[in-house]
Amino acid sequence: MPQSDTVIAVKNLSKCYSIGHLRTANGNKICHPPGLRHAIDHALRHPIAWWKDRKVQQEHFWALSGASFEVKAGEVMAVIGRNGAGKSTLLKILSRISEPTKGRIEITGRVASLLEVGTGFHQELTGRENIFLNGAILGMTRAEIRKKFDAIVAFSEVENFLDTPVKRYSSGMYVRLAFAVAAHLEPEILIVDEVLAVGDSAFQKKCLGKMQEVSRNHGRTVLFVSHNMSAVLQLTTRAVVLDKGRVIFNGPTEKAVEEYADALGKDSTVFFPVEDTPRKYPGSGVARFLSFRFDRSMPIFSPDEDFQFIARVRANETLPRIRFSMTVFTPEGIPIGTCFGTEQPGMRRGEEREFEISLPRPRLAHGRYCCGVSAGKGDHRVGMVDFDTVLDTLAFEVRREEGDGGTLAEWPRGWGSVILPDLKCRPAALASASETFTNNVEMLPA
Amino acid sequence: MQTMNGTLVIEAGHTERQYWRDLWRFRELFYLLAWRDFLIRYKQTAVGIAWALIRPLLMVVAVTLVGKAGNFSTGGMPPALFYFCGLLPWQFFSTAMSESGNSLINNSNLISKTYFPRLVVPASSVIVSFTDFLVAAAFLIPLMFFYRVTPPPQIIFLPLVVLLNFALATGAGFWIAALTVKYRDFRFVVPFIVQFGIFVSGIYPITNHAHETVRLICSMNPTVGIIDAFRWCVLGSSAPVQPSELWLSSSVTVVVLLSGLRYFRKTERTFADII
Repeated sequence: MPQSDTVIAVKNLSKCYSIGHLRTANGNKICHPPGLRHAIDHALRHPIAWWKDRKVQQEHFWALSGASFEVKAGEVMAVIGRNGAGKSTLLKILSRISEPTKGRIEITGRVASLLEVGTGFHQELTGRENIFLNGAILGMTRAEIRKKFDAIVAFSEVENFLDTPVKRYSSGMYVRLAFAVAAHLEPEILIVDEVLAVGDSAFQKKCLGKMQEVSRNHGRTVLFVSHNMSAVLQLTTRAVVLDKGRVIFNGPTEKAVEEYADALGKDSTVFFPVEDTPRKYPGSGVARFLSFRFDRSMPIFSPDEDFQFIARVRANETLPRIRFSMTVFTPEGIPIGTCFGTEQPGMRRGEEREFEISLPRPRLAHGRYCCGVSAGKGDHRVGMVDFDTVLDTLAFEVRREEGDGGTLAEWPRGWGSVILPDLKCRPAALASASETFTNNVEMLPA
Repeated sequence: MQTMNGTLVIEAGHTERQYWRDLWRFRELFYLLAWRDFLIRYKQTAVGIAWALIRPLLMVVAVTLVGKAGNFSTGGMPPALFYFCGLLPWQFFSTAMSESGNSLINNSNLISKTYFPRLVVPASSVIVSFTDFLVAAAFLIPLMFFYRVTPPPQIIFLPLVVLLNFALATGAGFWIAALTVKYRDFRFVVPFIVQFGIFVSGIYPITNHAHETVRLICSMNPTVGIIDAFRWCVLGSSAPVQPSELWLSSSVTVVVLLSGLRYFRKTERTFADII
């Protein structure tokens, strides 16, 4: 029996997607019919099979299995988990975009969902027109929008550009305007999905600040999904950790983040297929990463080793050259450093090739890490174009070998993740000024 | 949702109850999406809204030329006017059907990222086609002046015929929109229907002297009755309409509307998953 101040009660929620190929009752595999033509074609070609197998079995993928949790009024709760854990599916069902397959949700209060920044924005319309459009799509009436129009414009800082089409906006302006509209919704429950990932740090601070204000000053409930663990720790008090569609932890945020980091490392896999995983930053798409792998049996490196992996790339267009870059992240999502590779020879359209990528002696402190890898051209000096970017992949661990002495033996967390090169020190050459200093020093008690 | 602060229950297969309330809550979206489609159509064009007029005019010229070549009898009416009156409701129906058909696919980003009753999307496409219809219909007035044709008394029934046309356009729109999401082939089927349909919808009076049963069968195509009735309201008894045909067309229209609504609602819950 849910308590009276529970605003969201999720009970045994499950969602099943039928994927890819169908398997008929006697085991025959037929292609998923995307068109009427295929459905008719199949019926005509195999009429007996079609008649017998009308109840075809489809392969099921359970994005959520039996998830249950409760959110109380005024709470700011985070939902965290790896890619593919079911977070976005959960939010879609809570926002009534998808229907659940099993289970039940009880929600008390008006819900507003921010699953994407700038939903409904149309490039040809001006900023002013898009405010009305976006606000209406998010559920505000025109009267409400008119009342808050000035506040929205002030928050977004685009007053001078209100009457130009949005396609002329910089990406920062676009994101600020989109968030400004959403920030002025007044729902009782706000559901936010990783929208903070977009925009620069000033914008992210502003968004976080607004969300904090929304929850503290107005007592609204916020359900927040993010990969940015520092934002999660800053904003939320309780968190739910999802893994493969199940709730594996429900409790205080600090412990939840630890559970999440553990879940990241539990899968000691050396192979990461990424061809079909969704991309947070799509890039131009002229090339696509198919998979990454470590050429070893466990994803464990010692601090003095080169960090090496093999990337398999497919070129969707003919590329004159390709360049790789990589960012290493802590499990909390804090970037440690980025590096760029040299240009590699180009690829023909349709070609698949493996590249050996190696970061010489990164000297990372022991602990768990993951990477984001990008393929593109150019670099931070000349400007960049990204073909494809995969984040939250290549999870690995740096473990010091037994008997490693010296500075590596105990490396406190507060010293950071990178073991910088040893300091070079020597006594400075003596000069007249320093003689005086030396004399003074001699006078000090021993 | 019983009230704003009541408890909303989301369960598999039980999302019907709040749907109609939500339609009312999101009523402004009907207007806004139509307004958006209207605006973007004419932004950055030189001629702007005049396109809504130029298109039917060009069609009338083409149809009139074909009609003259075919030597059809227009019951004493000037051919341009005769064909224009036939073309107006047809254009409304065909553009509504094609635009609604593609409306869900074109708004796939909205459908997969926000919640609102999806019925709004094809309905707003029909509204946009309706405004095109109004703009073109306004041209009837100077045209009738020019040919010195006075409207008959039955012109007061014109709004009813237009309403029937609207119902048909909406029903067809719902059907095609829902079907296109699941079977993308319909994107190609619809233009074909539109091009073929001109010939079987009574714009060309080819069945004027045909046997009564043939005419009755033809009027199972709901546009036939509507176009005939439209012409009769505007041009009078030189373009008579048979009541039986009108009844048949109207009943088919109602069936299309209700069944379209039902099919749309049934498949709506899977839109976000398959779009």
